[in-house]
Amino acid sequence: MATALKDFKWVGTRAVRPDGVEKVTGRAKFGADFSLPGMLIGKVLRSPHAHAKIKSINIEAARTLNGVKAIITGSDFNELPSEWVPAGEVQINFRDLSRSIMARNKVLFEGHPVAAVAATSEIIAREALALIKVEYEILPHVIDVEAAMSPDAPILHEDLFTAGVEPSPKTASNIAKRVDYSSGNIDDGFKEADVIIEKHFTTQPVHQGYIEPHATVASASEDGQCSIWTSTQGQYVVRAYCSEVLQLDISSIRVTPSEIGGGFGGKTTVYLEPLALALSKKAFRPVKMVMSREEVFRSSGPTSGSSMKIKIGARSDGTITAADVELKYQAGAFPGSPIMPGCMCALAPYNISNAKVVGYDVVVNRPKVVAYRAPGAPISEYAVECVINEIATKLNIDPLDIREKNAAKEGTRALYGPQFGAIGYIETLLAARGSNHYKSKLHENQGRGVASGFWFNIGGESCATININTDGTAELVLGNPDIGGSRASLAMIAAEALGIDYNKVHPIISDTSGLGYNFLTGGSRTTFAGGLAVNEAAEDVVRQIRERASKIWDIPEEAVTWEDGFVRPAGTNAGNFEPLSLADVAGMAAKTGGPISGHAQLNAQGAGPGFGTHICDVEVDEETGRVTILRYTVVQDVGKAIHPSYVEGQMQGGASQGIGWALNEEYIYDEEGKLQNAGFLDYRIPVASDLPMIDTIIVEVPNPRHPYGVKGVGEVPIVPPMAAVAGAIADAIGVHLTDLPMSPPRILKELNKKQ
Amino acid sequence: MIYERPNTVSEAVEILSKSHEKKSILAGGTDLLVQMRSGYYRPSHIVDIKNIPEATQIRDDGDTFLVGAGVPGAQLSEHVELIKAWPGVIEAMDLIGSTQIQGRATLGGNLCNASPAADSVPAMIAADATCIIAGPNGYREEKIENVVTAPGVSSIANNEFVVSIRLAKFKTGRADAYLRFIPRTEMDIAVVGAAVCVLIDKKGICLNAKVSLGAVAPTQVVIETAPQILIGTRLDEETLDKLAKAARASCNPIDDKRGTIEYRTSVAGVLTKRAAKIAFDRAGGA
Amino acid sequence: MKTHITTTVNGEPEEFLCETEQTLLDILRDELNLTGSKEGCSSGDCGACSIILNGRLVCACLVLAVEAEGQKIETIEGMADGEELHPLQKNFLKDAALQCGICTPGFLIAAKALLEKNLNPTEKEVRYWLAGNLCRCTGYDKIIRSVLNTAEEMRRK
Ligand SMILES: Cc1cc2nc3c(=O)[nH]c(=O)nc-3n(C[C@H](O)[C@H](O)[C@H](O)COP(=O)(O)OP(=O)(O)OC[C@H]3O[C@@H](n4cnc5c(N)ncnc54)[C@H](O)[C@@H]3O)c2cc1C
Ligand code: FES
Ligand code: FES
Repeated sequence: MATALKDFKWVGTRAVRPDGVEKVTGRAKFGADFSLPGMLIGKVLRSPHAHAKIKSINIEAARTLNGVKAIITGSDFNELPSEWVPAGEVQINFRDLSRSIMARNKVLFEGHPVAAVAATSEIIAREALALIKVEYEILPHVIDVEAAMSPDAPILHEDLFTAGVEPSPKTASNIAKRVDYSSGNIDDGFKEADVIIEKHFTTQPVHQGYIEPHATVASASEDGQCSIWTSTQGQYVVRAYCSEVLQLDISSIRVTPSEIGGGFGGKTTVYLEPLALALSKKAFRPVKMVMSREEVFRSSGPTSGSSMKIKIGARSDGTITAADVELKYQAGAFPGSPIMPGCMCALAPYNISNAKVVGYDVVVNRPKVVAYRAPGAPISEYAVECVINEIATKLNIDPLDIREKNAAKEGTRALYGPQFGAIGYIETLLAARGSNHYKSKLHENQGRGVASGFWFNIGGESCATININTDGTAELVLGNPDIGGSRASLAMIAAEALGIDYNKVHPIISDTSGLGYNFLTGGSRTTFAGGLAVNEAAEDVVRQIRERASKIWDIPEEAVTWEDGFVRPAGTNAGNFEPLSLADVAGMAAKTGGPISGHAQLNAQGAGPGFGTHICDVEVDEETGRVTILRYTVVQDVGKAIHPSYVEGQMQGGASQGIGWALNEEYIYDEEGKLQNAGFLDYRIPVASDLPMIDTIIVEVPNPRHPYGVKGVGEVPIVPPMAAVAGAIADAIGVHLTDLPMSPPRILKELNKKQ
Repeated sequence: MIYERPNTVSEAVEILSKSHEKKSILAGGTDLLVQMRSGYYRPSHIVDIKNIPEATQIRDDGDTFLVGAGVPGAQLSEHVELIKAWPGVIEAMDLIGSTQIQGRATLGGNLCNASPAADSVPAMIAADATCIIAGPNGYREEKIENVVTAPGVSSIANNEFVVSIRLAKFKTGRADAYLRFIPRTEMDIAVVGAAVCVLIDKKGICLNAKVSLGAVAPTQVVIETAPQILIGTRLDEETLDKLAKAARASCNPIDDKRGTIEYRTSVAGVLTKRAAKIAFDRAGGA
Repeated sequence: MKTHITTTVNGEPEEFLCETEQTLLDILRDELNLTGSKEGCSSGDCGACSIILNGRLVCACLVLAVEAEGQKIETIEGMADGEELHPLQKNFLKDAALQCGICTPGFLIAAKALLEKNLNPTEKEVRYWLAGNLCRCTGYDKIIRSVLNTAEEMRRK
């Protein structure tokens, strides 16, 4: 589209973010920074067992403790029907959501809430928790996905029967669902292959690891009006979920999002909000709840762990002839792993005629998984990319070449259905090959790996309002929490479209009452869909400005043009008037029809799929198995980088999360199903000294379905790192590892086996 | 919970001698506060030693340094003479936690917390350090290796506390080194730690040596055969291999979230060898 | 029983009452309304609560509030000099060294402590000094660059 190639005044610059000063001075209010007069402190009593029947809960002693104002347990919640409704990238079942935030007859994971207390101080709330007596009957539990699928596994849900198999099973199972996708005939495809590699992979659940724990304040008043202040990726989603779980009218709940200290998908659901609200409804006082870091690890997140079998065949020239993929994803205690996107993304970067992907959604006694950056995709794509790297090694083909040979391009039909439009996968491969990094030399014990990644990117519901003030400045009202600079990008789009100075646009994030429904900040949609809405709202403003100018000049509206921030008469026939700026027209708003305010509400379609290719160099200490990341480059097609710094930031942040996933992050359970490493000391996310600078190469193949060419950025960068790191380790030590994390003991073991 | 901040050693001993049920000494608090916060431990009395001069100063005692048990790591790392005399002890202390932790954490706390993985303890053992303990009967002095008796248990009585750590002064030909293995580069607890101190003559021949390991047994380990292996040699490859073997043989680790028996044992040998080389180089033997 | 404590916070005298088990972070945030210091873990692992106590960088979550008697405390709220942001604050904005911003106050305080000690740090020194400050959003790249840029800028002045 022509506009995407135009020179922009603001779009593409590195403007300072509007919320920046608040954040560098400590003023910005995050979830736990909010307080109200008369506020109580809420705390959750959590199950110490991985799987147990709740025989009884006695709250008497706690209830009579001085300072305790309310207690809730499972019996305070309605039973909801079990049905799946779409929620952006995933699906949600409100019955399960409700049971997941507060256990009913059974606890299904260590950390599962069984009661919550609101008291006048945190110290009293803790004392009260200690006074609640819960009698459990411990049941056998299962943590591992393969074990959960075995016929003699302990069953989590007696009413869970595998969906997607014919005939419908008669016995309950931990396998919630089977899904499959296929094209061509894989048997024929494998016959054509000169080399076939078949491998089994496992990955561990990993936590999103946002630095800000979940935090919320809820206040219910006697007239039924409820207010919630919370750290979330979607205030409207919190409102919807609370309304479902507590059976309240949507309009009775107003949710104000705080600044959010990271989410990565982990704050797309509710944990504390309905509990705080239920407590407040009993106590009629505001209730604040903040999770400890330990609670964050024991009862929120993570994404699925997995067990996977990948078989890929290729001709000696590198052409892939067939792929057979089997994925088993842990869902946690309730169905709903990202197995569908996992299946859909597994082979998406490649044009493969004969392919089959089968996936299983499996419940285990762990917290229910929740979205984590490109949910499902990093897992399956890691395994596929590793096998492609191994084929490249075997055929002695450069790993970028084998990818280019099989790469999806415009017109390729993805296994899951649609035909790709203007995608930039090959462009990322070419940019990677041309990089200085790829041409640089390696030394002893060092290795280089590459891997690619794909993610759909989504659109969805967005609204925006632009109120033009009489001095020509603008309030930009947005509906998505700003996790990493979206206020800046959207204000730039508004400034561009309105032809005014970026610093005259003041973006704010609205509560749920100030703007129509906005879906989450997630799915890499905020700049894409939000940008469309902002652009439309700006067009609405421009339409009104032209209308006002036509009144001022008393000429027909069609005779007024808008260009570079000014209205002018269209040609001399229209009249001879000096051009008016937005500020000029706004100053006369009262006399020409009242305030000028542009709106847009839409359900954005046409998000452009994102592709990235990463290059990683490592050094392996052969005596200890330690891996050092020496150099790392992220190449990604982003459509158009509205604010290049924040685009790079997404690429760098995603890559470092992926590096953590590759090397050290994992959940360690003991034999009783209790988590052993519920803290940042032993759940090892990368620290500053673990990483080198992360170089970025932004590729821009504009999205024709967006006025500024935006595709979506945030999720793709977490897809390639695991296979890129694995490839680099394989290059350094000659062993292709198949289990994550590739921690020092595991690598040392492989090295010892080799000798 | 009662907080007290005595100004002298005797005041502190007096408080400690009263029959309070659960007393805790507070030095830097980087172990104690974490334990309190997690609900793992709740003392009834907290006795802060950071107002006691002997516990907060680094003093020159003629032939030795007396390092107050409440001196934070950051201050130790600024002490030029200590670094020159005991690079290994100082680097072990410096490895503890982050810059922020260094602003608070102490040698005394690291010792008295009695973790098998404590970084400074093997280094102090290899350095032949001692600690000065005050109690109702006055002062006593104890070798560091006699302090930790089991994970989380020390030989310091309830009514005693460590006032300071004694380390010898610089001596030509003597140097120490400490290495640990952690999965990341910072912010982890040692999977294995190895401390080596050697004394060599002008020709580079080893005259004496002491080697201690951390995180490979319920308490820190002293490799008894190390002097025998090292004395009289120039720490050549063959000798170092023997030392590595002895290190592995002295391990009695557990499998836990931080490492496996197999891994710990194997890496103990590697680190001991590497640390010995560094100590030897520092002593002037390169 | 609560203890009465008198301290100096960002140059101003300050008093508060506290329980022995309350940390300095609890008091800064809940009693003194200085919520710029963040709580990411309460166990010394994340550095979001970094403050300067008597000239030393520490985690406020690992200091008891009762220990603050007579001490000098510096927090993020005191980092700017009136209207004038600290060079680190300015450069963090310019260099986009924050995404969500929850780790930012901790990084700024820790980086300030570094530059006060060493105005010419290497990249490696910056990375190790800041290893106790976790950031999950940025991959550290822009933070490290911004600290190095600021050091260079301050050296030139
Ligand atoms: C994020 C983080 C990272 C860490 N990393 C490491 C690491 O890498 N390596 C490592 O070894 N440790 C590590 N630790 C643990 C801790 O920092 C060290 O053990 C530190 O040296 C403890 O010193 P302290 O002065 O803070 O002890 P405190 O917490 O004050 O005391 C520890 C224990 O010893 C007792 N005690 C303290 N002083 C005395 C005394 N003088 N006499 C008698 N008893 C006393 C206390 O009552 C308490 O039980 C880490 C801790 C944190 C929070
Ligand atoms: S809150 Fe203090 S270090 Fe994390
Ligand atoms: S910017 Fe989000 S944690 Fe650092």
